[in-house]
Amino acid sequence: MQLTEKELELVEILEKNSRISTEDLAAMTGLAVKETQETLQKLEELKIIVRYTSIVDWSRIDGHEGVTAMIDVKVTPKRGVGFDEIAKRIYRFKEVKSVYLMSGAYDLSVIIEGRSMNEVARFVSEKLSTLDSVISTTTHFILKKYKHDGTIFDPEEEDKRIVVSP
Amino acid sequence: MKTTNSYLSRTVSDIKPSGIRRFFDLASGMEGVISLGVGEPDFVTPWTVREAAILSLEQGYTSYTANAGLLELRQEIASYLARIFGVQYQPDKEIIVTVGASQAIDIALRSIIDPGDEVIIVEPCFVSYSPLVSLVGGTPVHVQADKDQEFKVSPEKLASAVTSKTKAIMICSPNNPTGTMLNKEELEKIAALAEKHDLLIISDEIYAELVYDESYTSMAAIKGMRERTILISGFSKGFAMTGWRLGFVCAPEEITAAMLKVHQYAMMCAPTMAQHAGLEALLNGRDDVEEMKKSYRRRRNYMVSSFNELGLKCHNPGGAFYVFPSIESTGLSSEEFAEQLLVQEKVAVVPGNVFGESGEGFVRCSYATSLEQLQEAIKRIRRFIDNHNG
Repeated sequence: MQLTEKELELVEILEKNSRISTEDLAAMTGLAVKETQETLQKLEELKIIVRYTSIVDWSRIDGHEGVTAMIDVKVTPKRGVGFDEIAKRIYRFKEVKSVYLMSGAYDLSVIIEGRSMNEVARFVSEKLSTLDSVISTTTHFILKKYKHDGTIFDPEEEDKRIVVSP
Repeated sequence: MKTTNSYLSRTVSDIKPSGIRRFFDLASGMEGVISLGVGEPDFVTPWTVREAAILSLEQGYTSYTANAGLLELRQEIASYLARIFGVQYQPDKEIIVTVGASQAIDIALRSIIDPGDEVIIVEPCFVSYSPLVSLVGGTPVHVQADKDQEFKVSPEKLASAVTSKTKAIMICSPNNPTGTMLNKEELEKIAALAEKHDLLIISDEIYAELVYDESYTSMAAIKGMRERTILISGFSKGFAMTGWRLGFVCAPEEITAAMLKVHQYAMMCAPTMAQHAGLEALLNGRDDVEEMKKSYRRRRNYMVSSFNELGLKCHNPGGAFYVFPSIESTGLSSEEFAEQLLVQEKVAVVPGNVFGESGEGFVRCSYATSLEQLQEAIKRIRRFIDNHNG
């Protein structure tokens, strides 16, 4: 699917900030408001824009419990369907947040979120590693998120410029 | 003893302090101000550039460089000029690395102006041009850009300012404060005038990287103009490196040799760590520049459309990061508008008249500020205008 320059521009702006109003999007890209609306609808229908979300820093919320693990999974691909079938079996679990097919030492990279290490461990030992095609798993727990999807989690650096300059 | 003031040079005493100063003093004492008054990028210098400078310090590059700057840097500047400006300069004879474009303007003027020489300055323009001409004993001759033509200067007006004493014309495109960019045809008309009267052109092209619609043309790339142009640019705006104080000046060999004399006695060389940073910017900063440009362009569109919607007529500037809306519909002068807006709504803009008489009736708004801040600023300006119209 080839996008026009303006469509691409809309996608790029929304990827950074999905809360921008249609009016402001129109002003920024030079499209009419109606046209902007229609283009957005089209991009949504085409599943180019899949979902509008927020990046949340859960570690700032007191009492929030949760762990994220990245699991390297080695699998046996199946004739005819390759990795797709086993990937599907894995990504349908609601605990699984992302699944990627990788080049290199293992096949699937699976990201799992759970309330505790125990919960994740149980999922890996009971659900993931018992799947027929799965040969082995290596689980890495995330200790701290510094930057996620291009966003740095530490407080933003303040503006150090003088207030008026030539 | 005489009064202390009486020791001061008459030339310096005669120079008026910059009109921006007053607004700076006024705004810096206030809390919660949204500033559209800043003449520099809101981006911090790209990390790859900062990291290269740190490395250069770790490796101990802390001594002087050649007067004209690191040869390696000048070579990269030469290929950058060929790429972006479309003009060839010899790194060893025609390029000097300076302490910002500001110093480049200074050594250019000091190298060509004798007392009594006239320099034609197209205004509104950057605040330093006229004082720098006066400091070298020259006479600044102001020509007003045409506010009905998006602040482009008419060649006829320029021609009528030329006298037998005229030595050079100073232009800046894309322009601070108007954002206006001159295209090839418009530059050619000024070039023809320079050729006809045998004048030099000091071309301040510090915003050359930041153009949004048409492709960029350098004055030095106009046929026959390389020999009459002192081309000034630098790293401050395009690469978001204002605090590093790093610019460059390019000119035919004889003029460069003269400028190098001034530079070596007055400055020695540009800061070494900044030069290492500049080298990295040219080698690996391209993607960052493109990202920043995209962001500026969107914000420019937003600002132009918002001001016009507010009834403050605003042309669509081709470059830099300023919009220059007319505030004439409010019946206020530029200074009144800026001051009342600051006091009532805590939005800082710069009155257009500080950049020259022809800027009266306009204010300069920099959009080098986050979109969220711009949105809030527009909201406040709308409220200000509604209250004013009462």
